[in-house]
Amino acid sequence: MFDREKIKKTAAAKETWEKGMVAKALSRSKERFEEFVNTSGIKVDRLYTPVDLADFDYESSLGFPGEFPFTRGVQPTMYRGRFWTMRQYAGFATAEESNKRYKYLLEQGQTGLSVAFDLPTQIGYDSDDEIAQGEIGKVGVAIDSLADMEILFNGIPLDKVSTSMTINAPASILLAMYIAVAEKQGVTADKLNGTIQNDILKEYAARGTYIFPPEPSMRLITNIFEFCSQNVPNWNTISISGYHIREAGSTAAQEIAFTLADGIAYVEAAIKAGMNVDDFAGRLSFFFNSYNDLFEEVAKFRAARRLWAKIMKERFKAKDPRSMMLRFHTQTGGSTLTAQQPDNNIIRVTIQTLAAVLGGTQSLHTNSKDEALCLPTEDSVRIALRTQQIVAYESGVCDTVDPLAGSYYVESLTNALEKKAMDYIEKIDSLGGAVKAIEQGYIQKEIADSSYAYQKEIESGKRVVVGLNKFQIKEKPVEDLLRVDPIVGETQIKKLKAMKASRDNVAVKSKLEALCQAAQGDGNLMPYILDAVRVYATEGEICNVLREVFGEYRPVEIL
Amino acid sequence: MTEKRIRVLVAKPGLDGHDRGAKVIARALRDAGMEVIYSGLRQTPEQIAAAAVQEDVDVVAMSLLSGAHNHLFPKVVQLLKEKGMDDVLVVGGGVIPDSDIPFLKEKGVSEIFTPGTPTSTVIEFIKNNVKKAVL
Amino acid sequence: MEIVDKARQGDRRAIARLISLSENEEPGAGEALKMMYPYTGNAHIVGITGPPGSGKSTLTDKLVKELRKRQKTVGILAVDPTSPFTGGAILGDRVRMSDLNLDPGVYIRSMGTRGRLGGLAKATHFAVKILDACGFDYIFIETVGVGQSEVDIVKTADTTIVVTVPGLGDDIQAIKAGILEIGDIFVVNKADRDGANRVVIELEMMLELNPNKPEWDFPIIMTVAPQNKGVMETVDSIIKHYNYLNESGELLRRRRERMRTEIFDLVTQQLTMHLTQKLAREGRFEKELDRVLNKINDPYTLVKSILEETLR
Repeated sequence: MFDREKIKKTAAAKETWEKGMVAKALSRSKERFEEFVNTSGIKVDRLYTPVDLADFDYESSLGFPGEFPFTRGVQPTMYRGRFWTMRQYAGFATAEESNKRYKYLLEQGQTGLSVAFDLPTQIGYDSDDEIAQGEIGKVGVAIDSLADMEILFNGIPLDKVSTSMTINAPASILLAMYIAVAEKQGVTADKLNGTIQNDILKEYAARGTYIFPPEPSMRLITNIFEFCSQNVPNWNTISISGYHIREAGSTAAQEIAFTLADGIAYVEAAIKAGMNVDDFAGRLSFFFNSYNDLFEEVAKFRAARRLWAKIMKERFKAKDPRSMMLRFHTQTGGSTLTAQQPDNNIIRVTIQTLAAVLGGTQSLHTNSKDEALCLPTEDSVRIALRTQQIVAYESGVCDTVDPLAGSYYVESLTNALEKKAMDYIEKIDSLGGAVKAIEQGYIQKEIADSSYAYQKEIESGKRVVVGLNKFQIKEKPVEDLLRVDPIVGETQIKKLKAMKASRDNVAVKSKLEALCQAAQGDGNLMPYILDAVRVYATEGEICNVLREVFGEYRPVEIL
Repeated sequence: MTEKRIRVLVAKPGLDGHDRGAKVIARALRDAGMEVIYSGLRQTPEQIAAAAVQEDVDVVAMSLLSGAHNHLFPKVVQLLKEKGMDDVLVVGGGVIPDSDIPFLKEKGVSEIFTPGTPTSTVIEFIKNNVKKAVL
Repeated sequence: MEIVDKARQGDRRAIARLISLSENEEPGAGEALKMMYPYTGNAHIVGITGPPGSGKSTLTDKLVKELRKRQKTVGILAVDPTSPFTGGAILGDRVRMSDLNLDPGVYIRSMGTRGRLGGLAKATHFAVKILDACGFDYIFIETVGVGQSEVDIVKTADTTIVVTVPGLGDDIQAIKAGILEIGDIFVVNKADRDGANRVVIELEMMLELNPNKPEWDFPIIMTVAPQNKGVMETVDSIIKHYNYLNESGELLRRRRERMRTEIFDLVTQQLTMHLTQKLAREGRFEKELDRVLNKINDPYTLVKSILEETLR
């Protein structure tokens, strides 16, 4: 990008500056650290200049927004056209309660829904299962059957909103329920917009809500790809998630690497199942975290976009540019929030929001300040949403595309992160891909090592977290926390029992039997699941049929 | 006579899959010279109590972020008592509101560690409060 | 001793306490072991060894479930390494056996090596005796599996299963060093992976080359533990091997050898302990050490005089 002679001159000038000005300044007072290293283990220099980008080629490294390699963004006009989708993850207690919260959020200007399910729903147990007790409606809404789903979206026209559902192991079942609710509203599947997380690999590696072993899980996922490419064309069939990998303690470089490695595994599985890469790759979406190191995070998003584009083009020979676009949702980093002086979290979330927006996110969830304490209250959710709106409408960062491009520092970091991630991906390739690497515990161990190192840095004071290990104050316990009434569990169980008594149990039995048969073969299971859901077979019943055929996953624990 | 090692069961009750905290604590306790038995995810109170008995642990340390602590922690304490493990130290950690702590302590959980607690605090608490079992 | 009676009646807490006592060499442990000794000798002791990542715990889990189907009770001792720097350990084998937690016919105990090399914990043989006396039909010992020589297992088990998997780099090379000789049954786990057949062939070739080949025909079994493939066959082989040991008189011979080593080990241990304590008590050892370091005395003369004094 720069003239070679000029760079030589700059390099010489920099050396002079270092030996003169800098040396003098250092002799008077030292810098804060001997070495500055970011969370990804990349050394941060004192000053970045054109010398650091000596081999930089604008066209191939950055190109133009909306064009390969998409470093500067996936759309040509980015936020000059339309802001990102402001999408707050919400859901708790019963379908009725959550429905109220969704309507509130839509009234407040939120533009998409994001459904949080409770743990029994995420792991395929009905609310009346013994193992579900104490967990019903706690971290999300309890959905046992289509009956609950009908209430959840009551009065919300499904052809008008886009809905994201954080559901993985039983994603096919919840998607089927969503389609069935739409049918009842008179909305056909081809009109539906939204995303299911459907990313089982990161469940094994980082989040823990798996049900079945990898092989049948990958089958369910490719079944969804195939079914949606024919019936629900605007649906994002997977949200390949680095968010939880980061929350589990990975570095930014590992977040890119392990997420894209999972992505590679899904693409390979779908191709192996006989699909053409350009038929499904355009519906793959991603989900990343956003932490406090503003530049490292911006560089992370840009590096991920460029790396994925290259992988899709070179490794998988995708032809359609849409297959190469890494479109992503971002959530601000839950584990960066402190329970101490929770108001400070608003500022953290602001920085993280900026990072996501400067990194070109397609949608964003901002965490509420009280999430290190409990589920967010309505007030704190509103502040979190306002944070996004202030960045969007007042900060001016949305008025031009990819404003940090060309920064010597940001471009150097983007290159360094891409390189680090690529090294990891090569290592994972050598282990036989992401599935094998997870089965051998490699990814889990890498994450656990990083998270322990991070914890030790905090405890030694090497890394400062304001209010936690520095600038502490004596605090009164926080009042007014949102609590899920324990009665929610009982109510849900009663509702489930009544539903089971009133449905056509003969039909349920026959649809479940058909599913059982199909699961033993190798056809697409989506139509069978849809049939079962329509006659109000419960999520637990469907999962139990599949557990019977597929078995259950047992983790490798590498500590 | 060899030095007695403190044995700790680090357990994840309930369905919550967030085990970052549990794993960090497991490593920190190991580095403090303890023998840590890790239960893995999704353990029922019955499984945790049975493992605690079989492993003859001095401490049961549970981590939970899903909000089901008021339901699950006391159940584990009760089962441990039923199995004659009166001398075992039970501690808990995770996203637990301050206002729940008195209830949990009343139910026999000795200490609750909320987010941000340094691992050194946990180690110290265990060392100071573990009861020497008697024959 | 009340605790011994309770343990022998199957009280899990008492069994667990007894193992801790012997592990910590606490007062009362010796007495308890003495009381239990007459009841030992009935359990079939099965060792499981193999490199890390070979799936030993998952295989153990499945083998035990199969034995439970056959109405047998099982004690499991799972050994993991203790950190030589801190003395701490993370014992994670239970994770893969958590279904067995609540089975009344199964007892699982995790043990740290606590400074012992050779793949077992210092107190493993005590724990074996305790479980044996408490009436378990089978005792499974899962070794550390650090890939070094895991020879201790032969000294403790009646039947040793060597587990390997395809794709461990040099495959067989990984287990060849030292542990091939100790196996009675060979399992190629994760046999759905590429290269499983090659591992089997390599194993066969190596076993053929074994010059002191006894009349026991070493089985080589392919397993896929999570899917229960090869599990029944492995259990059958374990039983068959026990019958062979019994009928050939090999069991008595092995147990005699085992007891011989065990006694010598204990003698050595206690002698060392006695010596160290004595020297520490007398407080002159540091001075003697200085003399050796300053070349006034040599270590060999010192050892001789210490032994003469002690064994007099």
